[in-house]
Amino acid sequence: MSALPSYVGPLERAWYYGFRILCGLIFIFLIAPILIIVPLSFNAEPYFTFTPEMLSLDPEAFSMRWYLDVLTNGMSDPGAPFSAAWLADSWSNGQWIHSMKNSFLIAISATVIATTLGTIAALGLSRPEMPYGDWIMGLLISPMIVPLIISAAGMYFFYSYVGLASTYLGVILGHAALGTPFVIITVTATLAGFDHSLTRAAANLGAKPSTTFFRVIMPLTLPGVISGALFAFITSFDEVVLVIFLSSFEQRTIPRQMWSGIREQISPTILAVATILVVMSILLLTVVELLRRRSERLRGISPS
Amino acid sequence: MAITGNIDKSNGDDGVMRTADGTPLKLSLQRAQRRQKQRTFFLVVPLLVFILFSFVFPILNMLTRSVEDPQVVSYMSNTLDALEGWDGESLPGEPVFEAMAQDFKIGRENKTIGRVGKRLNYEKSGMRGLFNKTARRIDKIETGPWKQTFLDIDKKWGNVETFTVIQRHDSAYSISYYLSALDLKHNEQNEIVRQAEERRIYVSLFLRTFGVSLVIAVLTLLLGFPIAYLMANLPLRYSNLLMILVLLPFWTSLLVRTTSWIVLLQSQGVINDIFVAVGIIDEEERIQMIFNMTGTIVAMTHILLPFMVLPLYSVMRTIPPSYMRAARSLGANQFVAFVRIYLPQTVPGISAGAILVFILAIGYYITPALVGGETGQLISNIIAYHMQRSLNWGLAGALGSILLLSVLVLFGLYSRFIGLRGLKFG
Repeated sequence: MSALPSYVGPLERAWYYGFRILCGLIFIFLIAPILIIVPLSFNAEPYFTFTPEMLSLDPEAFSMRWYLDVLTNGMSDPGAPFSAAWLADSWSNGQWIHSMKNSFLIAISATVIATTLGTIAALGLSRPEMPYGDWIMGLLISPMIVPLIISAAGMYFFYSYVGLASTYLGVILGHAALGTPFVIITVTATLAGFDHSLTRAAANLGAKPSTTFFRVIMPLTLPGVISGALFAFITSFDEVVLVIFLSSFEQRTIPRQMWSGIREQISPTILAVATILVVMSILLLTVVELLRRRSERLRGISPS
Repeated sequence: MAITGNIDKSNGDDGVMRTADGTPLKLSLQRAQRRQKQRTFFLVVPLLVFILFSFVFPILNMLTRSVEDPQVVSYMSNTLDALEGWDGESLPGEPVFEAMAQDFKIGRENKTIGRVGKRLNYEKSGMRGLFNKTARRIDKIETGPWKQTFLDIDKKWGNVETFTVIQRHDSAYSISYYLSALDLKHNEQNEIVRQAEERRIYVSLFLRTFGVSLVIAVLTLLLGFPIAYLMANLPLRYSNLLMILVLLPFWTSLLVRTTSWIVLLQSQGVINDIFVAVGIIDEEERIQMIFNMTGTIVAMTHILLPFMVLPLYSVMRTIPPSYMRAARSLGANQFVAFVRIYLPQTVPGISAGAILVFILAIGYYITPALVGGETGQLISNIIAYHMQRSLNWGLAGALGSILLLSVLVLFGLYSRFIGLRGLKFG
């Protein structure tokens, strides 16, 4: 796919450009739906489409009102002048703020559980002497494969029975279970590429096993652990089916709030929230990409 | 001890290698290996216990609901006892009705008879009403003859089939939810027959779900193949940039992507506006592209496309370009070289991507629920309906276990042919 040589015929030339145009269209299909909501979230009107004023770039047609609504929705006195009391009101009563706090609390707790258990298990699973390795691996990554509606239905009955339904702990445990496969997969992938002669070299140079672990093994596997943790985090942060079944109003997360927003009273506030989430996913993506590059550099694989 | 002594005596004579303390080397190694195996296994134990408790057990527990059938056995035991030895053809005699009156009175007191009615209503419509009505009326009557009393309350008690249905539930376990899930039922003669035409919904829904998933897998392949090919053949510098365009949707919330498609496709949405502005369609004939099957397919194709591109790309990256050049220099034109040399080498990527997309698609719930409208619903949506609305949990369990079984079979194929160790993201 390098530059086109000068001797190719017109047909091949047409195909070359045609193919690139086709690919461009597919990339537009991938990315446009995500970017389209960004300008729409600044719409001054409560519509989901571009008004003529917006297209003529009239500054009057754009506003931050939906972002403000993210803060004020549910507040006891949204009309009050901006002050510390206003912020405190928003922080404690705002519906979206409440969901946001829940989302972070649940996602972070689930990530901690999933990453801890998943990393320890991955250390075992990546060893060749692991008994029934394939079966256990299959079982442990099944939460990723089983349709969410089945997991949610099962947990709904069982967690109600043991008194975990409509509790934070129930949602956290459910999300942790969903997140572990990602941790296992990324960490085992990192460990599979681990060069064991490095530990022998460290030992050879006089390092104690603990020194070897902290100075050699950890730095090399940490990127895998962190990107696994990020996957577990985003899985929980984005998950809604389990939350629908397991949570009450108290445990509402952002996706749950969006879900009922889309189904019940659709408002452009959802586009503002969606834009915030897109920005968040760009940040996460950047972190994962940087980690991947760091890991490659540490192992001496340089990008060509 | 005696045995050890025996071995010690022959030390050095039999050629068995021994460790310093005298145990044969082979045995000692085996022991060390076993210990190591145990130690490795202990690393996995915490997670295994956690997954079993929080995930596997709840699912198994739900699946058992699909075969449990306790209502009639627990709450109409007298009737079932009296029905023993009934010929099943003529209306049962007075003793059965007397036992039934007893069950109804107890059931009304404990508020359990309604559950029996609800359960039997799944098998034969009208049973819930019959049971509620009878329970209300029988309470005021103290003495028999019960058969006539029942017949006075409702003519349906003179119907033999009512008793066939009751007697069929004489065991705490039954396959009747599975029969319903496959659009089958028991008829009056206790034979398994197909449901009436207008009540056959689940088999066609399963087929529709598989069909839609197949369409989505093919669409993601058609869209994913060109861009994976482009990225695999560009220098890494550029392909990494393009990869961001694939990974950004992958990292973006599912609900955000679904919302975007509502914004784009709805009749007052962006795409219809563009069509009207350009003059392709008139204001009145805006196309209904969402809240139907089209919406489900478009949105799910977009959402699942990265799952196709990533495995395709990682396979295509490893294909050496020299094969194509060799084919060309041996006289194959671009097309022949592509079909006979390049394409076969991408098959692992195609199958990995296609199975992954298919597995994810058949279990999809959120997107069809939000953009599918009436016609774009998939099997997950009907399971959710039975879980939350109709509260027919047994049927939800039966439908769920059929769905789970199909997913596990596909997953088995995936791990068999592609291997779990090759699974990667990002």
